[in-house]
Amino acid sequence: MSEVNHWRRVVLWWLGTSIVATLLVVFLLAPIVPPGNGSVEASGQVVDNTVLLGISTPIAMAVLVFFIYALIAFRERDTSAVVDGPPIRGDAKVQTWWLVATTGIVLFMAGYGTVRLLADGAGGGQGPNPIAAPAGARNALQVQVIAQQWKFTYRWPSYGGVETSSLELPSNRMIEFHVTSLDVIHSFWAYQLGVKADANPGFDNIAYVTTKGPMTFDVHCAELCGVWHGYMFESGRVVPPGQFSSWIAQQRLHNVPSTKSLPPYSKQYFPDPQRRGG
Amino acid sequence: MDATAKRVTGIVVGAAIVCVLLGLYIGLWLTNQPGSASAAPSTRGAHLYLGTVPASKGTDPHPSWVSYYAVDARSGNWRHDTTFVLPANSVVTVTVYNYDGQSGLRNPFISQAQGIPAGVFSLDGKPTRAIDPDAASHIFAIPELGVSVPIEGVADDAKNQCANAPCPLSTAHTTTTFTFHTGKAGLYRWQCFVPCAAGYIAGWGGPMQTVGYMDGFIKVV
Amino acid sequence: MTSTTIPMSARQQPAWRKLVGFNLLTGIVLAVVGWLVGSWIGARIHAPSLDYFADTGENDIGILLGYLFGVIGFLIGLGFANYPIRRLMGHPASLAEHESEGEGIARYFRLCTDHKVVSIQYIVGIGVFFLVGGINAMLIRTELLQPNVHVFGPNQYVTLVGMHGAMMMGMMTSGVLGPFANWLVPLMIGSRRMAFPRIESFTFWLLMAAGVVLVTTIFMGGFQTGWTGYQPLGDQGTAGYDAYIGFFALVGLSMCLLGFNLIVTIITMRAPGMTWNRLPIFVWSVLATALLMMLAAPMLIAALLMGAFDRTVQTAFFVASQGGSSYLFQNLFWVFGHPEVYIVALPGFGIVLELLPVFCRKPLWGYRLAVAGMLGVALLSFFVWQHHLFVSGINADLRPFYMLSTELISLPTGFIFLCAMGTMWRGRIRYSVPMLFCMGWAFNFLFGGISGVFLSDVPSDVTTHGTFFSMAHFHYTIMGGLVFTVFAAVYYWGPKMTGFNFNERLAKIHFWTLFIAFNSTFGPLFALGLMGQPRRVVTYPTHLQALNDWVSISAFCIGISMLIFLYNLIWSMLVKREPAEDNPWNSKSPEFQLPTPVPIHDFDRIPVFDADPYPYGVESAPALTPARQGA
Repeated sequence: MSEVNHWRRVVLWWLGTSIVATLLVVFLLAPIVPPGNGSVEASGQVVDNTVLLGISTPIAMAVLVFFIYALIAFRERDTSAVVDGPPIRGDAKVQTWWLVATTGIVLFMAGYGTVRLLADGAGGGQGPNPIAAPAGARNALQVQVIAQQWKFTYRWPSYGGVETSSLELPSNRMIEFHVTSLDVIHSFWAYQLGVKADANPGFDNIAYVTTKGPMTFDVHCAELCGVWHGYMFESGRVVPPGQFSSWIAQQRLHNVPSTKSLPPYSKQYFPDPQRRGG
Repeated sequence: MDATAKRVTGIVVGAAIVCVLLGLYIGLWLTNQPGSASAAPSTRGAHLYLGTVPASKGTDPHPSWVSYYAVDARSGNWRHDTTFVLPANSVVTVTVYNYDGQSGLRNPFISQAQGIPAGVFSLDGKPTRAIDPDAASHIFAIPELGVSVPIEGVADDAKNQCANAPCPLSTAHTTTTFTFHTGKAGLYRWQCFVPCAAGYIAGWGGPMQTVGYMDGFIKVV
Repeated sequence: MTSTTIPMSARQQPAWRKLVGFNLLTGIVLAVVGWLVGSWIGARIHAPSLDYFADTGENDIGILLGYLFGVIGFLIGLGFANYPIRRLMGHPASLAEHESEGEGIARYFRLCTDHKVVSIQYIVGIGVFFLVGGINAMLIRTELLQPNVHVFGPNQYVTLVGMHGAMMMGMMTSGVLGPFANWLVPLMIGSRRMAFPRIESFTFWLLMAAGVVLVTTIFMGGFQTGWTGYQPLGDQGTAGYDAYIGFFALVGLSMCLLGFNLIVTIITMRAPGMTWNRLPIFVWSVLATALLMMLAAPMLIAALLMGAFDRTVQTAFFVASQGGSSYLFQNLFWVFGHPEVYIVALPGFGIVLELLPVFCRKPLWGYRLAVAGMLGVALLSFFVWQHHLFVSGINADLRPFYMLSTELISLPTGFIFLCAMGTMWRGRIRYSVPMLFCMGWAFNFLFGGISGVFLSDVPSDVTTHGTFFSMAHFHYTIMGGLVFTVFAAVYYWGPKMTGFNFNERLAKIHFWTLFIAFNSTFGPLFALGLMGQPRRVVTYPTHLQALNDWVSISAFCIGISMLIFLYNLIWSMLVKREPAEDNPWNSKSPEFQLPTPVPIHDFDRIPVFDADPYPYGVESAPALTPARQGA
């Protein structure tokens, strides 16, 4: 068979399978890829994943189709004698086009990812000096997430510095999480909100999220923090603003005794002593 | 089989036997869950009696570690168990006799009880909602059920303190009683939040992270 | 000059007399002595001022010194101190050729400078610890069969997870370079030995000591940090974390020296005519890997040393409330950790590109591009490590840069794929067992690599970081990449190295069961991660149980396929022992021009190379035979 024939066949197979696979992936798979649309940032992640899937599916199909075609078309049918193939050592044109194409794809993906990231922070922890805040971050509701072994607690600086053991957030509101830890490295992962920020002791890690409608979300610890890491999970809720106000007011009332003994609200805590007696 | 093969086979078989024995030993360590039997509470409504002690008898693998014990209320026998079996969809009353001294909390928020009716528990007979964080000796917390109750410690200057389990009620102790509601059946965990493992960073080593001492399971059936 | 005659006196020695000398047994005895010496010194240092000793009941100084002196005793017992002491006493330098003489089996249990013996030692040694790591994996999946029934306690489970990761990463980094580079590189470049034969043996025995040290963590209470050993969690750990420190310190040293030895060998000991343009691609991949090993391992040793100081003398490198930083450890670790995973991936590339010409009967397509790919991956791997830390609170300005550099690393990786594809184009492909494993590599690494693109994209990484998605990614690239290529190498070079053929039917069954079970195990893990299951957890939401059970059963099937391989290995090497031909694959590579088994001195005369390494399809070009005498 002449080389032109093989090449054309491979390209046709690739076009066919890629179009089908990409359509399936983008329209059937991508919409159900987590984390879903629970928050603006989560929706942004879904869009980002869709674009990545749309680019990587044809690439994967190209490699797959090529290998399968080669394994079938170029199989040695008569294994009794050892006959060599043609001594093709390279092709500068193919190498150049490959280099150009892959570089272009990679640069596009890196650029697109950067644009997506800088738009609203994508829900990830950005350290104490975030550069990617969604518009209106100045009016965000500040919630401090305190991670300790093996439970998350939450502190509300705009509500008298009260600390609560569960998390409820108002809907359609921008939230500014300040994630910190009291002992070892944890990670605050609010799955359906698309938020993940590591909790380091003595460090303030800021993540933004803009909630949408009322929902329940799972909070998991996503960094190994000791023997009960697997059990460090709970549920949080996004509720209408009125319900949130009454909840936080009720928490302030209920938690008066503990609020009195808390240290003043701070972005970092350094509880001491290092060693405890007992 | 020639001589070389025989020798190699001999070495392989010998090494395999050693490994199997080692594996058995390791397997026993892996599956060893100290205190895995349960203290099923008795009487109607389920009442669980616990005791916290600063140290245990010589036969315990870690005699110098603090631990929780389950007490059989009628016979007064102590069992070094940390898996508690409770009935589902019931109100459970827990009484904790604490013989241990005061340590202090890492996060003072936990000095207030959460997840129990009205947030009120009984400390030495008095209804209480929170204790002084520096006076905390232990916390009994079931994070998945939202339950967390502080256990106050015996004052440093109290007379007749108990140093080793088993501790009779005649020695200095505080009594904490509270109730909570179990939901559906499942396996939950409980832990203490007072960092008392001296010498470890954040006080969280040793007994604080070992099932059978300051951590355990709640089986709701 | 041969060295296979045994002096009469040796044959007449009683059996026990043969055991006395500098060998493994002496090493073990002196290791125990060393451990006791170290523990004793540690107990003496147990000063009242370090009152945390009394608080915790652990003497970490004693444990670490015990490991240190134990390993020193082990190495002395094996005879590694003999030559340095002789030189210090004024004896002349020697190549120690006599150290490679001796009786058959005994050579494998002591310091032997024959590079072929060292590689067999490596295969068996790493194989044993790979089995231990694999059993750990089976136990992990057993625990994850049910979310609410626990087979192991939480501490034991987290130790199992850490041991599996540490054992695999520590052992498999030398998984190709130890067994195969030590055997092949001298033959492929036309040398009779490595540049530093004693160091070669040293790296092997050091790795074995490391593996034993890691297993002892069981007796110390285990470690709770996973293979990444994060501080300050490690500082909290029981004494088992000292075993982790000891393990990786020894592994790091072994890696560093192995890489160093290979680099010097490849640069300085190439035979006449073996120019850089004629170097087989496998040797290029070994060179790239060795560079990474030498440069990255010291970072790990530094991080662990700081951790050891934190644990023993209460420094505060990583303790925030005393002025340290938890970020210090994370960054130090990953500056090692990222090149580490390319150490694990690059040799696989080299093996595949070395085997494809043989089984497609064509020269390697794009030789220069492949070399550029290897070196490009090696260079870029030092500039991407913060992608493990995207959401950890690092300086937010840095993230776009690391996103770009991580995506860029897919370019040189793509070159490797292009060269593989070009080699197969219009070839005459034979489906031998090594070729099957190479195709398995291609499939697995494709999906592993694509999932890496998702992980390198920060918005996508926010959800997938620290979940089973990233676990599936690295198992696809490391296990689907390295382990498959190691098996390809075992079946391809194994008959030459051992002198016996494998049973082909069993080998094919091994491949297909492994390939199917592997994809069945790790494919669903992508979904599990996306559905919200974090890594290293002992429990999970009940709606994920069905998928977890599917994964666990498939993992047991992987175990079965490994047993099939073991059976094939024992049957073929010990029972059937069918002698292998000199060149079963009709390869034109230098090592296959030698007889099987390869004579102890490798070449009769140092060869002269005058052709490129892949002369397939060119009838007039002579095979790259090192047997060409003269000049």
